[in-house]
Amino acid sequence: MTVTSDFPGLLIYWVVIVLMMIGFYIVISQNNMVKKIVGLNVFQVSVFLLYITMGKVKGGTAPILADGFEVYSNPLPHVLILTAIVVGVATTSLGLALVVRIMDSYGTIEDDEIQALEDDT
Amino acid sequence: MIDQHLPILQIIIPMIAAPICMFLRHHFWTWLLAVVVSWVCLPISIALLIQVLEHGVIVYKLGGWAAPVGIEYRIDTLNAFILIIVAAIGAIVMPYARVSVDKEVPRDRAYLFYAMMLLCLTGLLGITITGDAFNLFVFLEISSLSSYVLISMGRDPRGLTAAYRYLILGTLGATFYIIGVGLMYMMTGSLNIADLATLMPAIADTRTIQAALAFLTVGLCLKLALFPLHMWLPNAYAFAPSAVTVFLASTATKVSVYALIRVVFTIFAGVNILEILPVRDLLMGLAIAGMFAGSAVAIYQSNIKRMLAYSSVAQLGYMILGVSMANISGVTAGIVHLFNHAVTKGGMFMAMGCIMYVIGSVKLEDMAGLGKRMPVTMAAFLAGGFSLIGVPLTVGFISKWYLIQGALENGWWPVAVLIVLSSLLAVIYIWRVVEVAYFQAPPEGKEAVTEAPMSMIIPMLVLIGASYYFGIDATTTLDVAGQAAEVLIGGAK
Amino acid sequence: MNTRMQQKVVLRVVSKFLIPFILLFALYVQWHGDFGPGGGFQAGVIFAAGFILYALIYGVERTRQVIPAWVTRSLLSVGVLLYSGVGVATLLMGGEFLNYSVLAHVPTHGQHLGVLLVEAGVGITVFSAMTTIFIAFAGQDS
Repeated sequence: MTVTSDFPGLLIYWVVIVLMMIGFYIVISQNNMVKKIVGLNVFQVSVFLLYITMGKVKGGTAPILADGFEVYSNPLPHVLILTAIVVGVATTSLGLALVVRIMDSYGTIEDDEIQALEDDT
Repeated sequence: MIDQHLPILQIIIPMIAAPICMFLRHHFWTWLLAVVVSWVCLPISIALLIQVLEHGVIVYKLGGWAAPVGIEYRIDTLNAFILIIVAAIGAIVMPYARVSVDKEVPRDRAYLFYAMMLLCLTGLLGITITGDAFNLFVFLEISSLSSYVLISMGRDPRGLTAAYRYLILGTLGATFYIIGVGLMYMMTGSLNIADLATLMPAIADTRTIQAALAFLTVGLCLKLALFPLHMWLPNAYAFAPSAVTVFLASTATKVSVYALIRVVFTIFAGVNILEILPVRDLLMGLAIAGMFAGSAVAIYQSNIKRMLAYSSVAQLGYMILGVSMANISGVTAGIVHLFNHAVTKGGMFMAMGCIMYVIGSVKLEDMAGLGKRMPVTMAAFLAGGFSLIGVPLTVGFISKWYLIQGALENGWWPVAVLIVLSSLLAVIYIWRVVEVAYFQAPPEGKEAVTEAPMSMIIPMLVLIGASYYFGIDATTTLDVAGQAAEVLIGGAK
Repeated sequence: MNTRMQQKVVLRVVSKFLIPFILLFALYVQWHGDFGPGGGFQAGVIFAAGFILYALIYGVERTRQVIPAWVTRSLLSVGVLLYSGVGVATLLMGGEFLNYSVLAHVPTHGQHLGVLLVEAGVGITVFSAMTTIFIAFAGQDS
C-alpha cells in the first residue's frame, strides 16, 4: 500500500488531515479571540468531512428507498453530522456572544492584552 | 409502569423542566421548579441503583429499536453509582443556590440561570446513563455548553474570559472525542458501547484503532482536566458564581472520568491496551505529576477558590492514578474517590460561597479572623480540609488507603510513597487558610459579620457531614465501588 | 432602514420578491425530509434565512415589528416541548420513549406521524434560535 498508488482514493483523507491541522494551528497560535473561533470551526468541518466520507458506499445511491436500486449509501453518518453541525453552530454563537461581552468589559479581544489587564487586577 | 421507564424519566424530567423555566420568567418560581425537579431526580437514581443491585444490568431501548441499530441506555453498578453522585449534588445545590444566586446574578436573568442548571444536570445524567458512544458526545456537549453559560453569569468580568477559554479547550476535547468515535465506527460499523466491546478484539491491532484510542483518551483528558490539560479549570472555578462552582466541581469532571473508565475498561475490555499504546504508563505519570503540580501551585494562590480549584486538579490526579492501576483495589479507590471528592470539595466550595455571600470576597487577606466571626463556616472548611489531606475518619482517608493498597499490590513502592508525600502538600495550603482565619485578628473598622443564612449553612453541613459519615462507615460506598471495579476488571483482562 | 440601503433599489425590490419563495422553500424542505434531503434543522435555517435577509435589507427594528421578542422566545421553548411531548405521549401510550409505532393504530402510520411532529418541533426551535442569535448580535449599538 504505497502512498502514490492509493493517493486518488485517499485524497479526501489527506484533505481532512490538512484541514484538521490548519484549524488546530489557528486555535493555538492566534491571539484574536474571533480568529480562534474561526479556527475551531475549520477544525470541526474537517471532522464532518471525515464522517461523511465514510458514509459513501461504492456504487451506492442516495439512501432513499426506490425501485431498481440495490446499493444505498449509509445514512447514519449524515445524521451524526447533522447533530455535530448543530452543536458546532451553538458553540460558535456562544463563543461569539462571550467575545462581544468581553469586548464590552475589557475593550479588546486580543488574548495577550486581556492577560495583561487581568494580571493587573 | 414507572418502574420500567425509570432510565428515561431520569433524563426527560430535567430536560422538560428547562424550557418550562424559560416560560416562567420569575426568579422564585424557576428556583422552586429547579428544586422540585432535582429532588425528584435523586430518588429515581437511588431506585435505579437498587434495581441494578437486585436484577443486574438494566437496558432501555429508546424508540423501541434494539441495539446496535438503536440507541440504548445501559445501567450497571458503575453507572448507577455516578448517577447518584450527580443527582445528589444537584439536589443539594439547588436549595443552596437561591440566596447565593440572588446576590451574584442579576434578578431578571435568574430564570435563565436555573434553566441552564437544569440543562447541565440533564447533560451530566445523560452522559452517565447512555450506552451509545455518539449519544455520549451529544450529552457531553449539552452539559458543556450550559456550563460555559453558567460560568459567564457571575459579576466578575474574569468569568467571561474563563468561560471563553473553557469553551475553546472543551470544544477541542469534544471534537477529539468525536474523531475517536468516528474512527471506531469506520472499523466496526457500530456506535453501541457494549457492541463495540465485542467487536474490538478482532481489529485491535490496526493503526486506526490505535489512533482512535489516542484521540478518545486525549479528548476525555481535556474534559476531565488531567495535568497538563487542566488550564481551563482554575479560572473557570474561581470566577464562576458560587453555586455554579459547587455544582461543576463536584460533577462535571467526575462524569468525564467515568467516560474515560468506560472507554478504557469497557470498549477496550477484551484488548490488552498495554500492547497497543502505553496508555497506562502515560496516565499514571501524568496523574502523579498532576498530584504534585496541583498541590504545589495551590500553595501560592491568594484567591482561595482558585486554591481549591488547583487542589481539585491534584485530587483528579488521585482518581486517574487509581484508574490507571487496573487492579481491583486501584480502580475501587478511583471510583470511590469520585464520590468522596464530590462531597468534600462540594462542601468546601459551599463554605467559600457562604464566605463570598457574607464578606463579598474570597481573597485570603480578607478572611482574617473569620474563625471567630463565622465559626460554623470555617469549622466546615477545616473539616473538609482534613478530608482533603486524608486524616483517618474522613472519606479522603478511605480513598488514599485503597490507593496505597492498589499500589502495593502491584509492588510499586515509589508510587505509594508519592501518594503520602502529596497529601502532606495539602497540609500546607490548608494551614495557610487556618492560620489567617483563626490566628489573625479581624481588620479594624469592619462591621461585625454574622453567619450566612440557614439555607446555605444546612446544605454545606450535609455535604461535610457526608464526608465524615462515609469515612466512618464506608461499607456502602466501598461495596458498590468494589462491585463496579470487579465488573470492569473482570471484563478487561 | 438606513439611508445606504434606501439607495440600493435593486436589493430592496428583489429581496421583497424572493422572501416569500424562501419561506415556501423552507416549508417544502421541512415536510419532504423523508423523500429527499431535508428535515427540521435545514428547514429551520432556511426559514430563518428569509427573516435574516429581511433584517439585513430593512433593519433590525422593522424585523422586530414583524416578529416580536416574545414570539421568538416562546417558540424556542415550544419546539423543545413539542419534541419532548411526543416522547412523553409515546410513554403514556405504553411504548418506550419515542417509540412512534404506538402513536396510531397502524405502526407505519404511527412512525410517519411521530417523525412529522418531531421534525416540526426541531424546525420551530432551530428557526427561533437562529433568529434570536442574529437579532441579538445585529441589534447592538456598536
